[in-house]
Amino acid sequence: MNPKDLATTAQVTWCPGCGNFSIMSAIRMVLAELDSEGIPSENVVLVSGIGCHAKIVDYMKTNSFYSIHGRTIPAATAIKIANPDLSVICFSGDGDSLAEGLDHLIFAAKRNIDITMILHDNRVYGLTTGQYTPTSPQGFKGRSTPNGAAERPMNPLDLMLASGASYIARGYTHGLEQLRTIFKEAILHKGFSFVDVLQVCVSYNNLYESYNKWTYTVKDNDVTSYESAQKIIRSWNYDRSDAPIPLGKFYKVDAPRFDQAFLGYEPNLPERDRKIKMLLDNFI
Amino acid sequence: MDDFSTLVGGIAGDGINEAGITISRLFSRLGYRIYMYYDYPSLIRGGHNFSLVRASTERIASHMDQIDALIALNQETLEKHKGRLKDSSFVIYDADRVELDDPKHKSCGLTITQILKEFAAPSVMKNTCILGGYCKVVGIDWAVLEDVLKKHIPKKLELNLLVARKGYDQALQLCHMDRRADGPADSLSGSHADKQVEKPLAILTGNQALSLGLINAGLGAYVAYPMTPSSSVLDFMARYAQDFGLKVVHPESEIAVMIMAQGFAYAGVRAAVGTSGGGFCLMTEGLSLAGMAEIPVAIVMAQRTGPSTGLPTYTAQGDLHFVLNAGQGEFPRFVVAPGDAEEAYCWSDIALRLAWKFQVPAFILTDKIVSESQYSFDIELAGETNEHEQLSALLWDGRGEYKRYLYTDSGVSPLAFPPQKGQAIKTDSYTHDEGGITTEDPKITKETSDKRQRKGQALAQELERFETVKVFGDEKSKTALLCWGSNKGVCMEASRKLGLRMIQVLVLSPFPDKLVKRALQGVEKLIAVECNSTGQLANLAGFYGIEIHDRILKYDGRPFSVEDLLREIGRAQA
Repeated sequence: MNPKDLATTAQVTWCPGCGNFSIMSAIRMVLAELDSEGIPSENVVLVSGIGCHAKIVDYMKTNSFYSIHGRTIPAATAIKIANPDLSVICFSGDGDSLAEGLDHLIFAAKRNIDITMILHDNRVYGLTTGQYTPTSPQGFKGRSTPNGAAERPMNPLDLMLASGASYIARGYTHGLEQLRTIFKEAILHKGFSFVDVLQVCVSYNNLYESYNKWTYTVKDNDVTSYESAQKIIRSWNYDRSDAPIPLGKFYKVDAPRFDQAFLGYEPNLPERDRKIKMLLDNFI
Repeated sequence: MDDFSTLVGGIAGDGINEAGITISRLFSRLGYRIYMYYDYPSLIRGGHNFSLVRASTERIASHMDQIDALIALNQETLEKHKGRLKDSSFVIYDADRVELDDPKHKSCGLTITQILKEFAAPSVMKNTCILGGYCKVVGIDWAVLEDVLKKHIPKKLELNLLVARKGYDQALQLCHMDRRADGPADSLSGSHADKQVEKPLAILTGNQALSLGLINAGLGAYVAYPMTPSSSVLDFMARYAQDFGLKVVHPESEIAVMIMAQGFAYAGVRAAVGTSGGGFCLMTEGLSLAGMAEIPVAIVMAQRTGPSTGLPTYTAQGDLHFVLNAGQGEFPRFVVAPGDAEEAYCWSDIALRLAWKFQVPAFILTDKIVSESQYSFDIELAGETNEHEQLSALLWDGRGEYKRYLYTDSGVSPLAFPPQKGQAIKTDSYTHDEGGITTEDPKITKETSDKRQRKGQALAQELERFETVKVFGDEKSKTALLCWGSNKGVCMEASRKLGLRMIQVLVLSPFPDKLVKRALQGVEKLIAVECNSTGQLANLAGFYGIEIHDRILKYDGRPFSVEDLLREIGRAQA
């Protein structure tokens, strides 16, 4: 399969230079690769929320569930439980999953459900034309915070680590090869995979310069060590624009999965009528 | 005796609900039909709980204020409910805890604390003990009680039997109520002996019955966050998940619940959710998604007294218009309000099937009364639900390119679930084209809106095959009661007693206005009976040009008793 086969005829409406293009290129390459390696593309379901990130599903000729704002995880979780043979990938934004849908994200990690979350983390609301998000730095001047955001940012990776995610990584939209590697690993990982992508919004929060200068890829880190992962993750808390920003795979462990709890629950429809009548006897 | 009401009361933790169910089972074994109202405050221990069990030779679904037997496990029960006693009624009480100074009524005190002490039995067994005494007093054979206990007591059966037997034996010894006790006993077992012994019926709550209905319709997943009075659906589904292969999920919020159900449906699994008003508030964004994305989902909406937290454990019919109108935008929905356990079974089954046939949200709108009351349940009378539509008729034929939202005459597009070789199955919360890709095109916007409306019309047409409006009582009477949901039982009974016509509107959306009008032919005075403060069905009917002449409304969290309604009708007709 050629990655181009995964394109639809829908007109792409992202701004020129938007980091979303890199994410889409990377995921098309990965899905085409997986298709030739035994995971046919029709076994993949993409779930998106609402925001610039979410348009990706209109541009991908794959199964998709274009959900509502903040609600990728519940749909994806149920799809995975319903059919464990499907590979389910969520695309979400920092507003989508860290503000509106944060509870679901924490529960996905807590459950270690076998789905992948790719967070288009541009640290601004783009589609609503420039408001601060949970990962915008304190002092961020957006339309809703003209005098600067009064809140400190949250570190979603730290939160995911504490909540039980079993695969945690960060990429940057100027590093296509790294995104490919991470996406593929994340999809193949058995458990909840969280990938934070520093995705630049050229229109409302252009951080290319800062990211080009400060990002680096971690090497020789022990991905099975919680402490090591925590140390790397906490070395940058989305607050500073003059400090090194680690990229790469930070954490990967095996842990029991929520979806496993539902194996063997298959409805035996022809038997139901009889079983219901039998069950009624318990209530006499 | 054709009709016999027993009230058993005590504090939360005394097992009052279970005691009521045991009494229900006893009478059920004697061939009676049962209705049990369970009244409890929102707390775990203490407070005052009571179960009101009514046994009748008729099919009933309502309670009487007056009772024939009062079982008091504490003083408060006696004080609160002695006003319900008739001259012929009798009191059975825990003589170690309750002081009774009532020469007017026959009574039987049991030394329950002493009996429990004698057997070193835990205090939870006091209701077993008093039920032993109760059986003796009302003349139910020991063997019947023994049978019920053996079947339903999971732990310490032997001890329970000993304690119950002691209560049974003591009732005769202490009370000297022979003649009195034998009176109702004779007539109870008398009417039992006279007629053909019917097979005892199961005793189910509406929530249990509707759960079975959903299961019968092919339910594969049940998703819910606990909320009274819907929680027992979740309990039931989880309890029987293994038996029926159900995937039961209790996620982080009702927001997640509603979206998860649609994730299941997207993957081809029939899913239902359950909640009450507050939880349903959180579901509305997901409901609108189901409307736009045309994802089938069944929603159990069990009303309680609102607004807001309201009275968690008490009833109301205050959310009809909320359910009819919830969710932004316009999309068809199915709403049914069953009036008893048999309708709950039958119509939840139909609701889930219709949800899938028309790819719409389908509501089973109950309230605390239908959800938590106990009813005699006759599956044979519940109505034929096994009109199993061929799943293949709903599915894509596999030819050409799959379009999730293909335009059709009925508005209903064929379904397909991933994986489908070489196909992309795309569902979308945005306005979308036939392929499920987002668009802002004005022509497609209108076309897809029309498509959804066509589904609503097709649904309404389909419903013509069902009895969506029922008429009871004297069909020629010029005075009619109009009701929905749990008021069915009490209205049936009042209309029977007073010779009135009674019209029950089962399906509220699509509203069967023609059938209601037909049922009203010749009616000169139409009285709406509802458990809300505005008359929500009355207002809805008014929208269709149906004139309501009077409204009998109750909104104190409690259901109408038969006496309440007779009194109110008397007032309305004066």
